[in-house]
Amino acid sequence: MFGLDKRDTTLLLIVAGLTIFAPFILNPFPTDSGLAQFNAGYPDLMQRFVIFGIFAIGFNILFGLTGYLSFGHAAFLGVGSYSAVWMFKLLSMNVLPAIILSVIIAGLFALVIGYVSLRRSGIYFSILTLAFAQMSFSLAYSVLTPITNGETGLQLTLDDPRVLGQTATADGSIPVTNLFGLEMRGTYEMAMGPWAFQFNMGYYLCALVLIAAFYLSIRIFRSPFGMMLRAVKSNQQRMNYTGLNSKPYTLAAFVISGMYAGLAGGLMASMDPLAGAERMQWTASGEVVLMTILGGAGTLIGPVLGAGFIKYFENIFSKINSNVLHSWFSFLPDGLEDFIVFIIYPFIGKGWHLTLGILFMLVVIYLPGGLVEGGQRIGGWFKGRKKSDARQSETNPAE
Amino acid sequence: MGILEVKNVGKRFGGLQALSDVNLSVKENSVHAIIGPNGAGKSTLLNCLVGKLIPDTGSVMFDGQSVLGRAPYEINQMGISRVFQTPEIFGDLTVLENMMIPCLAKRDGAFELNAIASVLSQKDIMDKAEHMLEEMNMADKRHMHAASLSRGDKRRLEIGMCLSQEPRLLLLDEPTAGMARADTNNTIDLLKQISEERNITIAIIEHDMHVVFSLANRITVLAQGTPLVEDDPENIRGNPKVREAYLGETA
Amino acid sequence: MDAFLLQILNGLDKGSAYALIALGLTLIFGTLGVVNFAHGALFMIGAFCAVTLQKIFSLSFETVDPDKTDFLGNPLKVKTPYVESWFGPDLGGAIIDWSVPLAILFAIPIMIAVGFIMERGLIKHFYKRPHADQILVTFGLAIVLQEVIKYFYGANPIPTPAPDALNGVANLGAVIGMDIIYPVWRIVYFCFACLIIGAVFAFLQFTTFGMVVRAGMADRETVGLLGINIDRRFTIMFGIAAAVAGLAGVMYTPINSPNYHMGMDFLVLSFVVVVVGGMGSLPGAVLAGFVLGVLESFASMEWAISLIPGINQIIIYLVAIVILLVRPRGLMGRKGVMED
Repeated sequence: MFGLDKRDTTLLLIVAGLTIFAPFILNPFPTDSGLAQFNAGYPDLMQRFVIFGIFAIGFNILFGLTGYLSFGHAAFLGVGSYSAVWMFKLLSMNVLPAIILSVIIAGLFALVIGYVSLRRSGIYFSILTLAFAQMSFSLAYSVLTPITNGETGLQLTLDDPRVLGQTATADGSIPVTNLFGLEMRGTYEMAMGPWAFQFNMGYYLCALVLIAAFYLSIRIFRSPFGMMLRAVKSNQQRMNYTGLNSKPYTLAAFVISGMYAGLAGGLMASMDPLAGAERMQWTASGEVVLMTILGGAGTLIGPVLGAGFIKYFENIFSKINSNVLHSWFSFLPDGLEDFIVFIIYPFIGKGWHLTLGILFMLVVIYLPGGLVEGGQRIGGWFKGRKKSDARQSETNPAE
Repeated sequence: MGILEVKNVGKRFGGLQALSDVNLSVKENSVHAIIGPNGAGKSTLLNCLVGKLIPDTGSVMFDGQSVLGRAPYEINQMGISRVFQTPEIFGDLTVLENMMIPCLAKRDGAFELNAIASVLSQKDIMDKAEHMLEEMNMADKRHMHAASLSRGDKRRLEIGMCLSQEPRLLLLDEPTAGMARADTNNTIDLLKQISEERNITIAIIEHDMHVVFSLANRITVLAQGTPLVEDDPENIRGNPKVREAYLGETA
Repeated sequence: MDAFLLQILNGLDKGSAYALIALGLTLIFGTLGVVNFAHGALFMIGAFCAVTLQKIFSLSFETVDPDKTDFLGNPLKVKTPYVESWFGPDLGGAIIDWSVPLAILFAIPIMIAVGFIMERGLIKHFYKRPHADQILVTFGLAIVLQEVIKYFYGANPIPTPAPDALNGVANLGAVIGMDIIYPVWRIVYFCFACLIIGAVFAFLQFTTFGMVVRAGMADRETVGLLGINIDRRFTIMFGIAAAVAGLAGVMYTPINSPNYHMGMDFLVLSFVVVVVGGMGSLPGAVLAGFVLGVLESFASMEWAISLIPGINQIIIYLVAIVILLVRPRGLMGRKGVMED
């Protein structure tokens, strides 16, 4: 279906199903229950899942296929956000032109940075992209204040022209982002018994874009172009001696992944129309690296899993505090309870980054293929057990 | 006039004159061997032919066009394919994919942004790659990762990849180095077959005299960066100068 | 002219920090072939050694001073640091005052130990893995280290002053008849950096150990073939590199109050410094550290900013990008080292 083989179609349908039914899947616990804190079906959180998913899918096209480790991808996300906000300020509050512009601008930006950075490979490439991104961050923070509004970040105001829209609404407030009239913040709440589910317009726009982005990435992975990118990673020497120029291939991958980042940035601004320089900082670039590696670089589903995993646990972990911990372990004797809470406490709440760092190191050391490899290993382990069980049951009667 | 004409080529590395005044003419459809003791400049010469090194002096003409100053991929697109001393293949890709890449390079040139169509839909490429795998007797290994092949199979695959580009000149850099006798003989047979059945010129750098004398119909002996003699195999065998320089006095 | 000299001086202290971190990075890259993203964290840990020692020295007990009362007439509680009660108020006070320089002695064994544990426990397993994996795992380690420090010391910068005697300013220009007012501690820092750099170079130049390491940097395989246990020496080298970064951090605390992310801030710039100097070249790293520090300082001058706004923020990156493209092996890099 859709020009994909059976396995890829299944994968696409799974991702589509997960994103479309996310408001249900992420809210498995009744609103009043104690476990409701593990629910994640809130519009802004779900938007973050899919937006970072798109960002990571794009990053994976570069890193997963070609092996070029960029430490500056957040710059493209930031550029995308700024472009989108400018579109809201100047043109209209319709998100479509804003998103299109952010993809184009991020692509052009990636073309320039990629053209220069890709003249080197290996760690030089990583450091060059890092330098470019930090430079962009510094520029956005200070020099380009007229465009980026510096420290404060770029925001909508009541005297923006918005030539195709309205400067202010009838009641004198800033208009909200919309897609041909459908407001992004519009949310329909559905109560089903003790459960409450939220269906947000903005989330569904992001979800559709994610599905499209995921579909496109499958097509790229399975295309001759994708094969060439894997060849770049595998053996550039052989590639050059096979009459192929690896430069344009890597540059195209860089630009495509930059455009994905721009798309994510544009969507981010469409959900919440502001843009700040901190989105371009190298820690933000590091985050997408973490997502991709954690999920499984070079696999189709890995980056989406990684983005969802990190954003989900970031949200959950930051909610847990020592009171919550105490209530969990209250069944233990007092001394033991305090001890366990004492041990766990540094890893929760504000300690989420510590947990993430440790997790990330463990993945790089023991599970270079990320969550996907972990899943495969567990699957293989089960299969192996079943097989040996089967063999045993076969041999037993013979005895 | 040969298909490959090397004229007065010299190359210097710091204080070492690696090549000086090398002249070489490889006739079309011949199997031309370049032999010489260690450090004679064989590899340097080869690297000058494929664009990895640029000689300080002289000219290298392929089919009437200069190759100097061109990047390796451009020279390859002119019709020169190279087989490396240790097989250079795409280890992370499957054998079939390895074979498809040169076919794509032949069809689409040095770069083509073919990012939407599926690989599987490229029927002509698939057929060609499958066909070449069958010719190389590797069809049963098509879904294996190339890195997991045996040394001999890697060599076959690399030669097959080069052939699927339909090159006019095939350069081989000690293709049997480090191979067991049986693998060596297989490779000799394969190369013989290629030179007989296809319209391909072969230039081969080799250490193993057995390989050289079973394949070559023209031999150039390099010594200390300069050609000592160029002749037919029978005459090389008896040439006292070659014996002295290459085979040593006892031989 | 005064301003000109002052800008050079201003650049030297930051340049010293860059040079020291870059020196350690280069030692590790040159010997072990590892790109260490956690090196900035070592700098930060060094700084927190100084913070810790200062805290230890300031540990106090409370006594009720019968002679003094607060405004309600209650007896006043007075805190007395243990060191003052042990060594007397004069010597004790001096020890607290000089805690930053004293932290050097405290930091050396700690940093060497941290370096050993890092190399034996983690880095060792990554020699044969691709550079990307090394970057990733050390990046993860850097996050972990900085979060641990944040957990124990909080997110706010902790002021760690220099000894009173070195806290003022000096008029350096007096000798040559000019007015160059400059903080004393920054001069101390620069001299200290030069001392460390000199010591590292002397160590590599004049000891057999250093000779083997230099040979190993040039050609690891051959040295390994000679039957010399290069791995153990490299572990020691890692410890030394960690100590250099740590000491740079210790002495930097009075210039900028240490916080948990100072390592990352310096790391990015130090990488740029290493690249500009030439990957694997020790003199290059030092030279580039000072040159970039001074350049940054000049770019912060009024005329430079009025010419190109914000040039001070981006000058280092600009220089690095230009250098990488025009002269990929850096100012003093050897041919062939990571050139592609």
